[in-house]
Amino acid sequence: MDNVKFGVIMTTLGMGGTLLSLWVLTLVMAALKRAFPERPETLAGETGKEAGK
Amino acid sequence: MIESIQSSAAFLASGFMALTWQMAVMIAVGCLLLYLGIAKGYEPLLLLPIGFGAVLVNLPLTGLMDEHGLLRFFYDTGVLTEVFPCLIFVGIGAMTDFRPLLTRPSILLLGAAGQFGIFLTILLALALGMSHLDAVAVGVIGACDGPTAIYVTSQYAPHLLGPVSVAAYSYMSLVPLLQPPIMRALTTEKERKIVMKATKEKVSQTVCILFPIAVTIVTCLIAPKGAPLMGMIMLGNLMRESGVVGRLVGAAENEIPNVVTLLLGLSIGATMQADKFLNTTTLLVLGLGMLAIILDTVMGILFGKVMCLATKGQVNPLIGAAGISAYPMAARVAQVQGQRYNKRNFLLMHAMGANTGGQVGSVMAAGIMLSILQGLGLS
Repeated sequence: MDNVKFGVIMTTLGMGGTLLSLWVLTLVMAALKRAFPERPETLAGETGKEAGK
Repeated sequence: MIESIQSSAAFLASGFMALTWQMAVMIAVGCLLLYLGIAKGYEPLLLLPIGFGAVLVNLPLTGLMDEHGLLRFFYDTGVLTEVFPCLIFVGIGAMTDFRPLLTRPSILLLGAAGQFGIFLTILLALALGMSHLDAVAVGVIGACDGPTAIYVTSQYAPHLLGPVSVAAYSYMSLVPLLQPPIMRALTTEKERKIVMKATKEKVSQTVCILFPIAVTIVTCLIAPKGAPLMGMIMLGNLMRESGVVGRLVGAAENEIPNVVTLLLGLSIGATMQADKFLNTTTLLVLGLGMLAIILDTVMGILFGKVMCLATKGQVNPLIGAAGISAYPMAARVAQVQGQRYNKRNFLLMHAMGANTGGQVGSVMAAGIMLSILQGLGLS
């Protein structure tokens, strides 16, 4: 395979693939955050402590 | 009797007789690396063992890189098998906090743009007549990530391991010098003054635990050849976030990377033998390596400008420069440059997000490159 062909394949697929993969990961991260949102755990912790007293 | 004394004395001085000027030059190069590591503080953890390894291997008749030599054993066991870079990645994962990235996932795209220099450098290397696999090894310096560069180079161009490793680690420590002029040249003063608001949103522990598992599955399905790198970095991160294997996290943060760094540094130094290192290819590798990191910065900032436009001025393009894997130097540079133009601007957490994105991005880019090479039948 000549250098031009190899270079074009590597650059196009490499840059495109990296960008696309990381975009997919942003979707995964957003989905995880939506599925498991932060809960007010401190409140539960304080209640637990008080119950211990 | 006299003859025996003469022959013994001649053997004692045989090292001097076998010393060539090329070896002397490489010993001086080794000493320069030691000076940079010890006196200037440039990546001392690596430049010290690399420099000493280079001095050792260029002393004649030591046999350290011969078939049963000590450094050859380290090299064959840890570098050729790719075990050392993978073990270092466990440590990197254990030391990395992905929360700034999880808070604002879109910043991960800056970590992709920060890898474009790799591919542009491959094009340049090919244009300069390098072979396909050599060009890939040179381009991967742009990952700004020593273990990734070593992993890829040891597979496809082991003869370039010395210059590629030295370039990767040296230029990583030069990020605070290389990036600021490019950041100033490519951004307007108005852009540099953009204040990015701190996000009050918190990320749940469940998300932090699921993140490394999800990333491993998704990325390894896309680019299976990157599994050793991504798998190890995410294993380290899962151990950290799970909170149930404190002893393993301690080992992954300290003992394992310390021992591996020492052996890896010595092994890399051992590849810097005069007959293999002193040639024009080395100069080409060093030059293109620096260009790769410059191009990464350029592309990161340009993508930051695009994000600035897309978000109607909510993203400061300076954090685009942090989309490389040099953690946490690149994030600190973005913070310093931002504060230089606006004292009330605190870009650090956003830049850290881009920087950790750069770590994921560099490993992803390497994995994709390896998969493409496999697809082309070159692996």
